[in-house]
Amino acid sequence: MSQTARVRRRRDLTPLFLLIPAGVVLLALTAWPLIQLVVTSFLEFGRAQIFGAPPVFVGLDNYADVLTDAEFWQVLGRSVAFCLVNVLLTMLLGIAIGVLMTKLGGGFKLLVSVGLLLAWAMPPVTASVVWGWIFDTDRGVVNYLLTQITGADFSGHSWLIDPLSFFFVATIIVTWQAIPFVAFTVFAGLTQVPNEVLEAAEIDGATGWQRFRLIVLPYLRGVLVILLILQIIWDMRVFSQIYALQTVGGIAAETNTIGVYIFKVSIGAGDLGAGGAISVLLVILMLALSGYYIRSLLKQEES
Amino acid sequence: MRRELTPTQPRSRPVRVLLNVIAVVVFVASAFPVYWMINSAFLPNSAIREQTPHFFPDQFTVDNFVKVVTQPSGTIEFLPALGTSLLVTLSTVVLAAVFAFFAALALSRFRFRSKKTLIVGLLVAQMIPAEAMIVSIFRVLDGWQLLNSIVGLTLVYLAVVLPFTIWTLRGFVAGIPVELEEAAMVDGCSRFGAFFRVTLPLLWPGLTATGVFAFIQAWNEFLFALVIMQKPEVRTLPVWLRAFVQATQATDWAAIMAGSTLIAVPVIVFFLLVQGRMVGGMAAGAVKG
Repeated sequence: MSQTARVRRRRDLTPLFLLIPAGVVLLALTAWPLIQLVVTSFLEFGRAQIFGAPPVFVGLDNYADVLTDAEFWQVLGRSVAFCLVNVLLTMLLGIAIGVLMTKLGGGFKLLVSVGLLLAWAMPPVTASVVWGWIFDTDRGVVNYLLTQITGADFSGHSWLIDPLSFFFVATIIVTWQAIPFVAFTVFAGLTQVPNEVLEAAEIDGATGWQRFRLIVLPYLRGVLVILLILQIIWDMRVFSQIYALQTVGGIAAETNTIGVYIFKVSIGAGDLGAGGAISVLLVILMLALSGYYIRSLLKQEES
Repeated sequence: MRRELTPTQPRSRPVRVLLNVIAVVVFVASAFPVYWMINSAFLPNSAIREQTPHFFPDQFTVDNFVKVVTQPSGTIEFLPALGTSLLVTLSTVVLAAVFAFFAALALSRFRFRSKKTLIVGLLVAQMIPAEAMIVSIFRVLDGWQLLNSIVGLTLVYLAVVLPFTIWTLRGFVAGIPVELEEAAMVDGCSRFGAFFRVTLPLLWPGLTATGVFAFIQAWNEFLFALVIMQKPEVRTLPVWLRAFVQATQATDWAAIMAGSTLIAVPVIVFFLLVQGRMVGGMAAGAVKG
């Protein structure tokens, strides 16, 4: 009985029908645009083409242009640097808070959980606007507190006008929102470490640090690698926060990250060919980075 | 399920006090911006503009909310944006649930040749960054006359959330014993009758988790809404907020915070309701953000 239900005959079209609605959407709005994107990246496609002129096939010219453009490398370097700093901070603080939560009593653990959930739940654009207000030049609470604490006059200090302090604020926004996910996931992972093993190690004389390094870390390794990959992917393509901060009062040209840059080249300047080439490069980079993650999900699947 | 790690818990009192102090610091750092948003939203703009900030809403007022909601200036109206956001978000949640339910059944209750390829395709699709797709999705929608249309934006959001919802629901369907469906079929149910009468009611936890995920994604999404819905009358809330900040030139912070609060509160409420499931679900599959 169970065999007939599980293994359908070869001509059974039921799964096909069940897949049609989702399949049509994904083919029309993921697969088809992706093909279009690759095609466009080989065409000269600027303002003239947007208004109807036939696009010209230019082979790898767009890629050559992009890869020899100093601004592209600046943007890429800025994105990589921003990504590394944010991923490092997010992982370190996230792991620390995850460990902290295992050592807290009920009330304090709840307090930390509620705080983390609030930060996690804020819509990114809203969060950027709120942080923009906190760091506001004239009436921001940060400038007020800095003036009170240091005695120096910080009123009128603009945080978003200088690229370095712009990215300092952006880093606070991004890590503030990303840490909760890491902390909760690490905490959930830590609760899976068997107590018996830790007790045995303690009886054998292992110190706290040794128990963490030799028992807890190996248990967490898989989780940490996946968190690391996801954080790299998310921070590499950060868009909303940077774009919203630029709106609140930042300088644009020197603070573009790769996501914002694609937007500005394609939509702002209307060069869809070059924008397409950068986009294809970003897709390849992201898929290369997520290869391990996808493989590990498939492996989980089989076991 | 979650056991306490008794052996590693500190016994000495000073250490415990120190950890509790750190816990309070973490709470304040995490919650302060949310508090500050709500606090500023309930203060009159005159109080906001004073040299010394008001740390509590001591001059409590709801004027900012009234001002935001009844915004007179034509191009940055709140209510139409709220309507668009609600419509797009609810359509996305409902359609994603239905489509993902069907697809999850196909992928977990049937065997067919290209199944493995489809699953890999889903995971890859989930990893394609939205930033790279905006231009071609814009052009595809343009070709179909679906720019500035709720249908167009809903279709885009469906494409964004479906890989994750299908993947997650598939896990939930696999957790329901197929024998239950078989028993219903022995009792005279059709195959689809068994899906709807037996599997679907057992799938509510999964549908809730994926539904909330789709809600948050669609409600918060900024980039596609910015590019696809360029006409002022079809703006969504996040795009409205940005336009509002620009229109007030980041001066009327009380009103801006009231607007932010109205956008953030539904998401925060949903988040707190389902927080337990979000962690496991998000760890199991990537979330675009």
